[in-house]
Amino acid sequence: MKILLKDVAVNNPAQNLKKDNIDIVIDNGVIIEIGKLNEKDFGEVKKFDLAGKLVVPGLFDMHVHLREPGREDKETVISGCNCAANGGFTGLACMPNTEPAIDSAEVVSFIKKQASNHLVEVYPVAAATLGRRGEVLSPMAELFEAGAVGFSDDGTAIKTASILKRAMEYSKMYDLPIIEHCEDDSLAGGAMNESINSTILGLPPIPSLAEDLIVMRDILVAEYTGAKIHIAHISTKKSVEMVREAKAKGIRVTAEVTPHHFTLTDDAVKTYDTNVKMNPPLRTKEDVDAIIEGLKDGTLDCIASDHAPHTIEEKEVEFEYAPNGIIGLETQIGLALTELYHKKILTIEQIIEKLSINPRKILNIPVPQIKKGEPANLTILDLNIVWTVNKFSSFSKSINTPFDKKLLTGKSVGVINKLQMFFDGKFRNI
Amino acid sequence: MPLSSRHLLGLQGVPKEDIQLILDTALTFREVLERPIKKVPTLQGKTIVNLFYENSTRTRISFELAEKRLSADSINFSVSTSSVSKGETLKDTIKNIEAMKVDMVVVRHAAAGTPLFLTKVCNSIIINAGDGIHEHPTQALLDMYSIREKLGRLDGLKVCIVGDIAHSRVALSNIYGLKTMGAKVSLCGPSTMIPRFIEDLGVDVITNIDEAIQENDVLNILRIQLERKAREYFPSIREYAKYFGITRDRLEKSGKEILILHPGPINRGVEISSDVADGQHQIILNQVTNGVAVRMAVLYLLGTLN
Repeated sequence: MKILLKDVAVNNPAQNLKKDNIDIVIDNGVIIEIGKLNEKDFGEVKKFDLAGKLVVPGLFDMHVHLREPGREDKETVISGCNCAANGGFTGLACMPNTEPAIDSAEVVSFIKKQASNHLVEVYPVAAATLGRRGEVLSPMAELFEAGAVGFSDDGTAIKTASILKRAMEYSKMYDLPIIEHCEDDSLAGGAMNESINSTILGLPPIPSLAEDLIVMRDILVAEYTGAKIHIAHISTKKSVEMVREAKAKGIRVTAEVTPHHFTLTDDAVKTYDTNVKMNPPLRTKEDVDAIIEGLKDGTLDCIASDHAPHTIEEKEVEFEYAPNGIIGLETQIGLALTELYHKKILTIEQIIEKLSINPRKILNIPVPQIKKGEPANLTILDLNIVWTVNKFSSFSKSINTPFDKKLLTGKSVGVINKLQMFFDGKFRNI
Repeated sequence: MPLSSRHLLGLQGVPKEDIQLILDTALTFREVLERPIKKVPTLQGKTIVNLFYENSTRTRISFELAEKRLSADSINFSVSTSSVSKGETLKDTIKNIEAMKVDMVVVRHAAAGTPLFLTKVCNSIIINAGDGIHEHPTQALLDMYSIREKLGRLDGLKVCIVGDIAHSRVALSNIYGLKTMGAKVSLCGPSTMIPRFIEDLGVDVITNIDEAIQENDVLNILRIQLERKAREYFPSIREYAKYFGITRDRLEKSGKEILILHPGPINRGVEISSDVADGQHQIILNQVTNGVAVRMAVLYLLGTLN
């Protein structure tokens, strides 16, 4: 089927492409024409009037917990992908802290197979060590061959400097990054950021030092080995500064930040709402300011959701006993546009870089091109639509979000990829 | 005038008038405790559940006595005898208890914020009997009552809280309450046991115990809570006792009058020597007696609100 995207703007900084008020014709999933077109030239087309909308290369979230295999009650590959499509993403990388962990080619293949017919492309990040236990390297070559795009013991940092060094040396053969959850184990285990708020709330603290120590260690090991290190969900001022300095020295370090770490501070914990319990924890205003500075100057390459579904019964408990994490795929672009684009912190090009281009580059995945002859891998954004988050309309199997009822400006209205389109809340073949 | 809040979750933000009202009401009940028949019919027909998820002797008995003296029907629910060990969530437990039509819940729990959580999932009146390392408001109220009883006022007094501030729910409630009542509050203990940024609450921090004795009218000595892994925060009990323990020598050396409080249970020879614990400066057992009166006041004021 041919489809026509009518009167759209397009923007892809990866191609230096920026045009207003043009049309895109897609036939059999391939862009066959782009420009100011006469629709009569294309015979029978399904037309979408998209005046005022912006077409960008399909968004990509490089930090998602799909929970399958093992915790299908929280999320499955399919429900997570539905959620991603609804949030404007055409691709994602899923983290290996499943049960079993993604530490064998079989699990990588299983996950890829679950997602094979979905619009959203799924790229597994495999465990760096067997069972994420930090003792023995995972079969990285085999995992790479099966389709893993990076290695991480996410949930924790790689246990020791010696196994981290070996993981980096080994993964370097395949030019894949080590993705680190930076947290010193001996300082971990608290329930919120160490600040005056943790004292007032009587909650066991996690000092920012716990993150900073591992960021420092990892940067040094990356410098020593020449391998690629990617800092997941960065949350502290010092860590942002260290990444900035490391980049200036030419060390191969990249970093991502979640929307909650650039929008919320640990003041949000004052209600003991378990939907603001995450790891790394929400930090202080000073940290948020440093993160925003890091987003602006490019120190922070990507925005990623750390989408972490948990069941109602797991979250509806005493704060200290609740698991860490929130869902985020469907609020991510809205938060980025509301808090960063509309507040003139980032340009739309920077938003596209951090939510589509850079994550793919870090994981060696080709960036979609918006041009004639290329497969259509697109996200259609409405930058100005004002909408209210409703957790009950999420496509996720879980509803653990602190952003319920929040008013946002800007969202995805549809995505196109792999001969499918998600539009108006429905999937259709094209 | 009634209290401004329906629950007692902590002393943070509780207005001076409320604390004043509780302390003044407690004075009346204190008198009841001296009568041959120590019972008033005030809460007759009210049902109170003491929901204790953590071991407690003193606080639970104190609440239970206060309830009985007010003629309320009270039920004890402690973790070892409940269905919690079968995996029931706190929310389900409280919903079940509430379904049996109770009016008030006195809760002790190891996790901070639990009393607030309960206010969101049930309609009973909630009284915090200690949540994690957060607050223990009735302890602070009885401390303030006892100080006022002995020294006649709180306003303008200098009170130092000594010991493991970081793992204490008593410290925070005392800081809020005492400051609201116009006292000047300082903290003294090993630096590892003083939370970072605590000065933001408007308290001074000192690490020399002799200085603390010298400069204060009242010392509130916290228990070293050995069950809370407190032992990892200082080198040895011997060293703690030597540098932070309150001994008669220290008090005599200072040559001044000072009032000693301790929330109990005391570790003799650790944070307080036996001669001080039994000596003339302390009011430790008065605190225990006053505790019943203060809890009667809280239960009465909240239980008769509507």
